[in-house]
Amino acid sequence: MNDEREGCATSDQLGADAQPGRAASGGMTAGMTPGMTSADVADASRLVAYGLQPKLLPARDAEYAELIRRHRDDPAFARLADAVAAGLGLVILEVSARAGMALAAAEDSVFAVRMGEYSRRAASDSTDRFLHGLAHLAIAAMAFPRPADLADDGYIGRITVNGVDAFVRQACRRLEERAEEQGENTDPASEAPGLEAGWRVYARRSATGATKDARRLAGSTTGIVGKAVAFLVDSGFLQRTGDESGGTYRTTARYQLQVRDMAGSAAMAELLGLGIVPVADGTPSLVAADGSEDLELVAEAGLPFHS
Amino acid sequence: MSVVPTNVSVVSTSTAQVLPHHTAGLARPVAPGPAADEGLARRLKALACTAPLHDLDVRKANLAGEYSTYAMAEVALAAIDLVTLNMDFDTGADHDQIIARLLLRVAAQAPQRSAAEHERVARWVLENLINVGSVDRGFRAVYGTFGPDGVYVRRDYDFKLIEEVPGPGGTVYLRATDEAVNVLVGALDTDVTSAQIATEVKLEVLINRGRLADAQLAAEQARYRTVQYAESLRRALEATRRDVRAVDWLRAVPDMINEALDHVADRYRHENAILTNIRKARDESEEPEHKRRAAELVDIVKDCIRRHTQLQSRLLEAGPLFRAEQDRQAFAAPPARCGLDLYGQLLAPVLPLPVEQAAKVTGAFFAHGVGLRAPLAVRIGDLVEALLMPPVEREHLGAQMPEPDLVATPEDSRFSEQQLEVALELLDLPHDAPRRLSDLLAEARRHDPELPYLVALLAVHAASPPIGTAYRQGEQRLLFAVDDGTELDDPEFGGADLIVGSALLDAAEMAAERTVEENRR
Repeated sequence: MNDEREGCATSDQLGADAQPGRAASGGMTAGMTPGMTSADVADASRLVAYGLQPKLLPARDAEYAELIRRHRDDPAFARLADAVAAGLGLVILEVSARAGMALAAAEDSVFAVRMGEYSRRAASDSTDRFLHGLAHLAIAAMAFPRPADLADDGYIGRITVNGVDAFVRQACRRLEERAEEQGENTDPASEAPGLEAGWRVYARRSATGATKDARRLAGSTTGIVGKAVAFLVDSGFLQRTGDESGGTYRTTARYQLQVRDMAGSAAMAELLGLGIVPVADGTPSLVAADGSEDLELVAEAGLPFHS
Repeated sequence: MSVVPTNVSVVSTSTAQVLPHHTAGLARPVAPGPAADEGLARRLKALACTAPLHDLDVRKANLAGEYSTYAMAEVALAAIDLVTLNMDFDTGADHDQIIARLLLRVAAQAPQRSAAEHERVARWVLENLINVGSVDRGFRAVYGTFGPDGVYVRRDYDFKLIEEVPGPGGTVYLRATDEAVNVLVGALDTDVTSAQIATEVKLEVLINRGRLADAQLAAEQARYRTVQYAESLRRALEATRRDVRAVDWLRAVPDMINEALDHVADRYRHENAILTNIRKARDESEEPEHKRRAAELVDIVKDCIRRHTQLQSRLLEAGPLFRAEQDRQAFAAPPARCGLDLYGQLLAPVLPLPVEQAAKVTGAFFAHGVGLRAPLAVRIGDLVEALLMPPVEREHLGAQMPEPDLVATPEDSRFSEQQLEVALELLDLPHDAPRRLSDLLAEARRHDPELPYLVALLAVHAASPPIGTAYRQGEQRLLFAVDDGTELDDPEFGGADLIVGSALLDAAEMAAERTVEENRR
């Protein structure tokens, strides 16, 4: 719990850092600026309300665009809108013409989505909770494969449901091979299912399954990824572009902001809390394996991920 | 493409027991327990893979109805067999197709029962092999081993026999897992290539000696190995298709493709040689049983060749795909600043963690990454109204279709039926009296100024007569045209003055020939 709060604090800070100009001119907790009327408060609240409709873009709505412009040009109005958002338990990630007012829910906000509401099965089953979370992480990793992709504002990621599943499965297979190479027994002890490795849980869950009504089997991994993708579409983070490979999607500016400024850092903080410190220098880690390792692998030589 | 050294180090404060992978690379404690334990575990796992099959025969008694006549394990093994052989390169075996083929065997076991029951049995077996009831759609066996510290630990072994994989267009296909293939063929835990070579050599020797029953067994095993080889290559190609940077495009992939192409070329040559040999054995054999086996062998080897060809076409497609992906990714603008490496810094370190710990990380990502939802606020008045609203009646058959307005298309043929009739009559020449095209054209022109065009067209076609069709259909005569070098002197047409005539065909001899050929096939 302590760790989670820390993660939240970090992301808050990141959120504020994204708008240094405003942070310098008073911060979010500044009092009501003189000269502002209740009509201005109504406008500021309307801007926040627009931000709560994540699929709506300023380019599609003249009034939204006007409020965004006012937020940029009128510092007093901007402070007012920021205060409204903060009061509702919302973190502002960015206010711009491309993303609109990109909002994220703070930890204990009424707008936050809880795992139990997201999937009833995940509420009771720790394995399912892990798989649902992993699906979201994998979608982000597939959408922004290189660190540069996540940093580049103009980058649009493209994913497919089956692609995400295959991507995680391949990473799992690589770990399985590595464990086999080292002659390690990865079968978990019967009394301690919680000690089973994450990749093994994913690998043994079936990828798909025939159902009576020809829908995706909810418990299969493509079902879980499909659910995550559909949820992200509703959050205004992905846009559906086609039906191939279980559904193809592209990312929106909001998703990039959310992953970069909120989710990535929160998960990193949690990982650090477990005592694991992955160090990177900005070069992608999804690179070719070096030759020496290939000699030991027969079936998938030359194709593994390297981390 | 340069090889980038690893830049992610994983430091763990947990004990070696929880995270054995991270310490194993440095200095692994030597297991004090008996070395045979590992072999025992392996045998236990192999034994476990057969358990679902035995289980079917045990549980058939619990089914509503009298099912003891059916040998369920046999049906199950046949199902695994069918799925393995019907697995294609891209997809797997089709669910309904497997059921349909399985029905033959089920029906043979209890011919007096109804077809509906046969289908129910086939479906029951297939569903149990997939294990539809469980959330993982797999099986679990528990076995015990002694750990490095001498403590006895019970472990879960999870496996699948037939798994369902997504196919194109949201369909679901079946694939036999490695475990299933092991159960089926046995002891396939060997290098695929060398095992394949051994089988092929064995097959050739057996055929040469005329021991066809053994040869058939060897050929079937060779086919399983071919399937397995294709399967591992399919996985490899799929992985490369996903991310170009996950792949050593400088050496490893081209090497692999070349190796596989060599393999295909080699096997193709080999199997064609075998095919010729068995065909000879089949045609020369007097004994019907011998003949039948040889014919079956021909089918199997033909299927092997088909699979190799399929594999080869995939291999040839891989290169251009890589280059296109390379172009797209390599010429992207350089990054402005460093971002978080989602795969290297999050996903890769999370996957080896125990689920309990990993779920904390994925949970944090989920909580901050799914976005927000505005909570619903319902007024009780609206709710009551909404609940009391009668449902909208929907037309059962939908809207009425408008009557389609059909318009007769005008006759737009160049020549009329009548003209064709006259032309054919003109070209119905006695077989011993061929005529010059110029002569025919002149006669046609007397009938109708349009007719020479049709006659010329038919004559040109006759220059390359459809001999194959005539042969297959057992025609009695065939129109032909030959160019003897004479130039055509005609006001409307130019070219060679063809000699047009009819050839008589020996229908009886052709029919005899066809029968022989069919037999050979």
